[in-house]
Amino acid sequence: MSRKAHGLRAWVLQRISAVYLAAYFLLTSTYLVARSPGSYEAWRGWLADPWVNLATGLFILSLLVHAWVGIRDVVMDYVPHMGLRVSLFAVIGLTLAGCGIWSLRILFSV
Amino acid sequence: MRTTENRPRFLNLLQIRMPIGAVASIAHRISGVLLFLILPAAVFLLELSVRSPEGFDQARGILHAPLVQLLGLVLAWALLHHLLAGIRFLLLDLEIGIERKQARVSAWLVNLGAPLLLLLVLGAML
Repeated sequence: MSRKAHGLRAWVLQRISAVYLAAYFLLTSTYLVARSPGSYEAWRGWLADPWVNLATGLFILSLLVHAWVGIRDVVMDYVPHMGLRVSLFAVIGLTLAGCGIWSLRILFSV
Repeated sequence: MRTTENRPRFLNLLQIRMPIGAVASIAHRISGVLLFLILPAAVFLLELSVRSPEGFDQARGILHAPLVQLLGLVLAWALLHHLLAGIRFLLLDLEIGIERKQARVSAWLVNLGAPLLLLLVLGAML
């Protein structure tokens, strides 16, 4: 596997996901501030809306990619010890995968 | 040939001179790590809030606890700084504001903008 191409792919993914995360955050936070779903039914109803559900699912996937690339870069820069680095990658990867599966299941159950 | 072995290592942040752009950059990293660390708690609150009306009230209660609100302030700063610094980096990637003088100004805007926006949001909520 080419190291250079690998790095470029991560760099591009990081930026594409960043744009989506920012757009989702700005749109939903504006909406939620303007029309706060103050009750359980309203909150659940908002998440159950097909468009909100789809957009949030994409948000979760983008967040997983974005967090993985970002944290991976931080670990590679500050953790020179290979054993510790690989262990951290495992913990971080499992945490992200767990959060991802968990939140997508919540999203599809609404 | 550059390999991963040639990447800079053992970066002692306390011994590195930090121009304002570096402050924006390291705060971008710190805020990113903070946001990553809170993810499990965020998913837990999401789960609680959609599970049942009682869960929704519980989640709201947790979010209104004083210590949680203090943590919320830190995370709100982290989110705002990460967003602003991220937009700055994207613009720099597009070679917008890449001159040293402009880049310094934008770094100041980002570093001061996050706490200022936080104060504005807090003011609007009170």
